[in-house]
Amino acid sequence: MSPALDLPTVWAFIIAFAVFAYVVMDGFDLGIGILFPTFKPGRERDSAMNSVAPVWDGNETWLVLGGGGLMAAFPLAYAIILPALYAPIIVMLLALIFRGVAFEFRWRDPAHRAFWDVAFTGGSIIGTLAQGVTLGALLQGITVEGRQYAGGWWDWLTPFSLLTGVSLVVGYAFLGATWLVMKTEGDVQAHVRRMAGWLGAGTIGLIGVVSAVTPFLKGAYYENWFAWPNVLLTAQVPLLVLVGTVLFFRSLMRGHEYWPFLLALGLFGLSFVGLGISMFPYVVPGAVTIWQAAAPDSSLIFMLVGAVVLVPIILTYTGYAYWVFRGKVGHEGYH
Amino acid sequence: MFDDISALTLARAQFAFTVSFHFIFPAFSIGLASYLAVLEALWLRTKNEVYLNLFKYWLKIFALAFAMGVVSGITMSYQFGTNWSVFSDKAGPIIGPLMAYEVMTAFFLEAGFLGVMLFGMNRVGPKLHFMATLAVAVGTFISAFWILSANSWMQTPRGFTMNDAGQFVPADWLAIIFNPSFPYRLVHTVLGAYLTTALVVGAVGAWHLLKDKTNAGARVMFNMAMGLVAVAAPIQIFAGDMHGLNTLEHQPAKVMAMEGHFESHPDGAPLILFGIPDQKAGEVRAQIAIPKASSLILKHDLDAPLAGLDTVPREDWPPVPIVFWSFRIMVGLGMLMLGLGAFSVLARVRRSLYDWPLLHRFALVMGPAGFVAVLAGWVTTEVGRQPFTVYGLLRTAHSAAPLDAPAVAASLLAFVIVYFVVFSAGTGYILKLMSHAPHPGEPGLEESPGQPVRTAGITPAPGIHHAAEGDAS
Ligand code: HDD
Ligand code: HEM
Ligand code: HEM
Repeated sequence: MSPALDLPTVWAFIIAFAVFAYVVMDGFDLGIGILFPTFKPGRERDSAMNSVAPVWDGNETWLVLGGGGLMAAFPLAYAIILPALYAPIIVMLLALIFRGVAFEFRWRDPAHRAFWDVAFTGGSIIGTLAQGVTLGALLQGITVEGRQYAGGWWDWLTPFSLLTGVSLVVGYAFLGATWLVMKTEGDVQAHVRRMAGWLGAGTIGLIGVVSAVTPFLKGAYYENWFAWPNVLLTAQVPLLVLVGTVLFFRSLMRGHEYWPFLLALGLFGLSFVGLGISMFPYVVPGAVTIWQAAAPDSSLIFMLVGAVVLVPIILTYTGYAYWVFRGKVGHEGYH
Repeated sequence: MFDDISALTLARAQFAFTVSFHFIFPAFSIGLASYLAVLEALWLRTKNEVYLNLFKYWLKIFALAFAMGVVSGITMSYQFGTNWSVFSDKAGPIIGPLMAYEVMTAFFLEAGFLGVMLFGMNRVGPKLHFMATLAVAVGTFISAFWILSANSWMQTPRGFTMNDAGQFVPADWLAIIFNPSFPYRLVHTVLGAYLTTALVVGAVGAWHLLKDKTNAGARVMFNMAMGLVAVAAPIQIFAGDMHGLNTLEHQPAKVMAMEGHFESHPDGAPLILFGIPDQKAGEVRAQIAIPKASSLILKHDLDAPLAGLDTVPREDWPPVPIVFWSFRIMVGLGMLMLGLGAFSVLARVRRSLYDWPLLHRFALVMGPAGFVAVLAGWVTTEVGRQPFTVYGLLRTAHSAAPLDAPAVAASLLAFVIVYFVVFSAGTGYILKLMSHAPHPGEPGLEESPGQPVRTAGITPAPGIHHAAEGDAS
């Protein structure tokens, strides 16, 4: 392979993109599930749910691309990470089942609507918590021997993974609140705007804590962040977070409708870049690099051709689907 | 050692359980998506309200089945890693890209247009809406294409080399995708999905005809469904026969298990209709057999010799009783479907399609037959592939993840409980929808009674006026 086109690196970026697309897109609809109990039963809940009903399936498909893409491009990493994080991943899958079917079931069964509402919220919270724990456990490191996971089935449970789990719940709720600021009006909007403020503060605080701890988990992370002269570059990330924070609270105070969501996305994007700085070039931190885990070139090229053609098409019609369902939801039809 | 064995057995049970549950939904939604596209096309062409009502009637059912298909499918794509990590490491370079193509060409297409299909009629208008329905229907087919290609490659692997790490390295993608058993499996499975849907639609039509034979919607759906069964059932049997010949060529041990041939027959093998296979003793007890008929079917020659499992090392035998019985269940149901199709043709000839209660009762009991047949077919295929995951090359016992038995047991239990709670509720809701007769002015998903918010919730400012006008008129 010529150094100009290093296929594993290209695929690391594509999968990172899929995971990021998943985090922000399913993030806001899981966030709405997390915030669900704070809405009044009836109108408010119905419109919160309907603001994502037509798009949640597409959002969740990025999770399939992330997982499927990992298996295809880095089969060794997939084969090590999934058994290592067995419990949180199974819990996440089960939680997403409840969350997903609730979209349809609650309309079909008014007598048990309260049950499916709990399933929707519970599924969203537990699913998110499990995703955050997965991330934390991965960052913390996985015991590998040969080509296999060699730890126990409770290794994932640590204070750090719980911290990342809770952080993600707060973070997704933050995304959900800012999404609803954009999609609602009146009382509901005032409510979510208040929530967005608190959740924004919480998210940014937790980003701070997680970022402060991460470099000390593994020597390589510390190196990646603080080695001279890289630090000149990596230092831009926390600086931008600071700028983003100021802009976010300003836009929220001034009553902007779109900016809070976009800035929340920006803050997530920066955290994601931070994550990339810590991990690169490892897929299994401390154990397996992207080059060691990569599938043969014949696999990577075959998929790259598809991805280059198809991902832009997917983004186009996904954009179209969002465009069809643009605008405010919820208040009309009652007067 | 005991731990190893039971973790493996549990992982197999878990995979078999979750994938079988998953496949129930695609088996229905592949056919139903096409049926919805046909109904909408008929409505656009004829402007006959009956088609629109039927479209809305089945769309509500589709939404439920599809949601259950999606959530159970997401589980599947992670199970390869959680439970079959060694398989994923070794076969990932081949299976992975096929599934990645499935995601990129099919899942996004389905999911992207599903929202428009379910809730978008008032927003995009009938023409664009029809395109969305078509996109979803095509998406389900593309999905079947890739996943069946992946599965068929595991049955009849081609187009690869091995590397030092023991991984399968793709050498020729066309040979991989169009491996020898793939065309047969694609035709047979997609036809199976169409038959499954037709039988369900036919049973719902029959149920309402039994109560009121003048119901226009019930008449149209019964007519369409019986037409499809009459045409597709014979083709399916023919396709299954061709598939069997293909399997005989590439996986002879599987056919031996299906036929219950423990012994070789040098001059014409009997067709065992029924019997009790005994894997340990290596014989079929209490058999009822037609002499030489198996050779006639498989070799088109009464006296052709057929080898039996005695030519295969015991450690390579699939579990014969399961394969033997699941195959008979599938074939038996196929024959009953043929019978139903023939019966409906007779009823057409006698001009009594809508008022022959015996036919309607027959169609009603055949309602679930498709699901049973496709699952039995998959059990034949997959259990018949044992003891390998990649046929002849990678053993199931060497494919599993290094997990502790209690971890797999706990997750299996959780899957069983959650699936039964969630999917029985969903099936209950589907049956409830089916129990209502289709009627003129059928509400769609955006306007069902008791959920005004769906309309309100997703109607944009320009659309509101639309809805308001509709209300006023
Ligand atoms: C012959 C068809 C077929 C077969 C054998 C399978 N599936 Fe499936 N699957 C579909 C046909 C399908 C579908 C028609 O495309 C579904 C069903 C309902 C639906 O929503 O899409 C689907 C949904 C579906 C989804 C959710 C897609 C989304 O997010 O929209 C995933 C991740 C999978 N499947 C994965 C799998 C895996 C890993 C399988 C093998 C073990 C598998 N499917 C067998
Ligand atoms: C939806 C249709 C399918 C059904 C109903 C089905 C059913 C089954 C069953 C019953 C088993 C267990 C066999 C045994 O352990 O004795 C099995 C095993 C397996 N199947 Fe499938 N299968 C389906 C599709 C697929 C596809 C599309 C793939 C791959 C792309 C696949 C991959 C596997 C693997 C890896 C195993 C190994 C586990 C084992 O042998 O127990 N299956 N399947
Ligand atoms: C009555 C005549 C039938 C025959 C002779 C027949 C034959 C076969 C054979 C030989 C296989 C296993 C192929 C292999 O694994 O190598 C198979 C699998 C299968 N059958 Fe049938 N079949 C029949 C009817 C049906 C019907 C009526 C349905 C469903 C409505 C059905 C659905 C399936 C499915 C889903 C599979 C698994 C996928 C596959 O391998 O194609 N079959 N069939």
